[in-house]
Amino acid sequence: MMKLEAIIQPSRFESVKDALREIGVEGMTVTEVRGHGRQKGHTEVYRGREYTVDLLPKIKLEMVLPDALVNRVVDTILKSAKTGKIGDGKIFLSRVEEAIRIRNEERGENAL
Amino acid sequence: MKCAGWKCSLSLGFVLGTILLGAAPLAGEATPSPAVTPSLLSPKISMTAALLSEPPEPAQTIGEKLKELEQGVEEAKSKGDNAWMLVSAALVLMMTGPGLALFYGGLVRQKNTLAIMMQSFALMALITVMWALVGYSLCFGGSGPVIGGFEHAFLRGVGAEPNPDYAATIPQMTFMVYQLMFAVITPALIAGATAERMKFSGTVLFMALWFLVVYAPLAHMVWGKGGLLNASLGGKFPTLDFAGGTVVHISSGVSALVCALYMGKRVGYPKQPMPPHSLVLSFIGACLLWVGWFGFNAGSALAAGSLASSAFVATHFGAAAAAFSWSTVEWIKNGRASALGAISGAVAGLVAITPAAGFVRPMPALGIGAVAGVVCFGMVTKVKTAFGYDDALDAFGVHGAGGTIGALLTGVFAQQVVNPIFGVGKAVGGLDGHWGQVGNQLVGVLIAWAFALVGTIILLKIVDLLIGIRVPEEQELEGLDITQHGEEAYNLET
Repeated sequence: MMKLEAIIQPSRFESVKDALREIGVEGMTVTEVRGHGRQKGHTEVYRGREYTVDLLPKIKLEMVLPDALVNRVVDTILKSAKTGKIGDGKIFLSRVEEAIRIRNEERGENAL
Repeated sequence: MKCAGWKCSLSLGFVLGTILLGAAPLAGEATPSPAVTPSLLSPKISMTAALLSEPPEPAQTIGEKLKELEQGVEEAKSKGDNAWMLVSAALVLMMTGPGLALFYGGLVRQKNTLAIMMQSFALMALITVMWALVGYSLCFGGSGPVIGGFEHAFLRGVGAEPNPDYAATIPQMTFMVYQLMFAVITPALIAGATAERMKFSGTVLFMALWFLVVYAPLAHMVWGKGGLLNASLGGKFPTLDFAGGTVVHISSGVSALVCALYMGKRVGYPKQPMPPHSLVLSFIGACLLWVGWFGFNAGSALAAGSLASSAFVATHFGAAAAAFSWSTVEWIKNGRASALGAISGAVAGLVAITPAAGFVRPMPALGIGAVAGVVCFGMVTKVKTAFGYDDALDAFGVHGAGGTIGALLTGVFAQQVVNPIFGVGKAVGGLDGHWGQVGNQLVGVLIAWAFALVGTIILLKIVDLLIGIRVPEEQELEGLDITQHGEEAYNLET
């Protein structure tokens, strides 16, 4: 099992979600987050006063996947989240030791 | 006669009643007590019957008829004027709440939204009570050069009869309530400079004193009978101020600057970003201000005639030209035309056209607006930064500067074809060849500046000594909504 965390542009979220549903991803957890990598934000001007807004709104997707699905999901996110500009986000993968479904205590990949 | 009429009506009523009674069951439902119908119908019928049977009156003389007609015309005119003035009074109140409350409310940070709105609203209550007790009398009673008297204290003698010195065709009651709305919004404008750091208790005490010490004398000097700056009722330096360039905007704007300097900067200003929390609120507020301003300026004609139309058009043109010019300069300088810039420009134009509205033709109105948009843009973007004062919401940059420009340009562009205030055929402003009026305007402006400066400094000191004027730093950081009012503007997640 792998845990996938992807931080993406809010504007790409709908197409990422649709693309993942098409390849059979059944669950995900989504958080609205703020941050920046190399993008460094933008400036806003109010009555001549400039503010640098360096924490930009992003969407964070989290999902735990069976090993067989990981590569397809990564490819799908890469394709559907990409705008080609700076600020498109990142994908992080990490190994997951165990998963337990609370309702019936199923364990392992069966719980996903 | 009467008896016959009464009998006649009774019988007619009875017949009609019977018909109605008979018809009721046809409608399918039993009407509970149709017996009332005849008695409801009968008075009308009895009157008609009485008129019909009266002998013809002796013919009126032509003189009597003319007198009656004239009286009818006067009454109709008075009713027309009164209708417009009551609507105008309501429009000016709308400028304070919700207009100004939303405009300022959106410009502050989220934690101070209710506090700034409450300052506007509190003044709607506070100034109204003070106005009823002594305010109206201090502004418009008596005929002294600096301040009115107590003849109308507790609104004594203010009723249905017009006060011919000020508005000959409307009840003095209407004039009184219309002028009240100006007294409400003026101190509310100052709150823009002191936003996000002034104590509520300090605000209430300061504004109450400011109304008595700064507003009332200025209003009397410029608009009151015998006032030093009055243009039509015996002033020494006749200053043209149609709707409050000096009385409302210079007085509040200059006092705002003094308050900002006295109170000091907000914690973190200018390093920490303090962007407006909702430009949508500000946008709605500015649009309400624009509409309300028609009551402010066109209503200042104090009648529903052509002068009101002229002032209405000048007001609209001034606002539009300033929104246009502010946006244009901003677009050139910053590469974008912002929503905040456009609405700020409109307000600046409305401020500048206020003293001029009832004196200038439409083309000069466009000019005054255009100049105000550019100058006020410079005031809030460059001058404020250069001098480093924290006029949080630009009350001085827009009202102080816009009011001053407007008052001076009124002297240039006022024309007797619009408003022959000095008598028919007599030159009014520079365009008429009377350039001395610009000097009069300058005197008016200087006196208004001086009054606002000195009065505000003294009052700030007094209030600061008595109850304090600024909240402690930790309260300022937490926000005025919670610390001053025990509420939050937005509880969206509960």
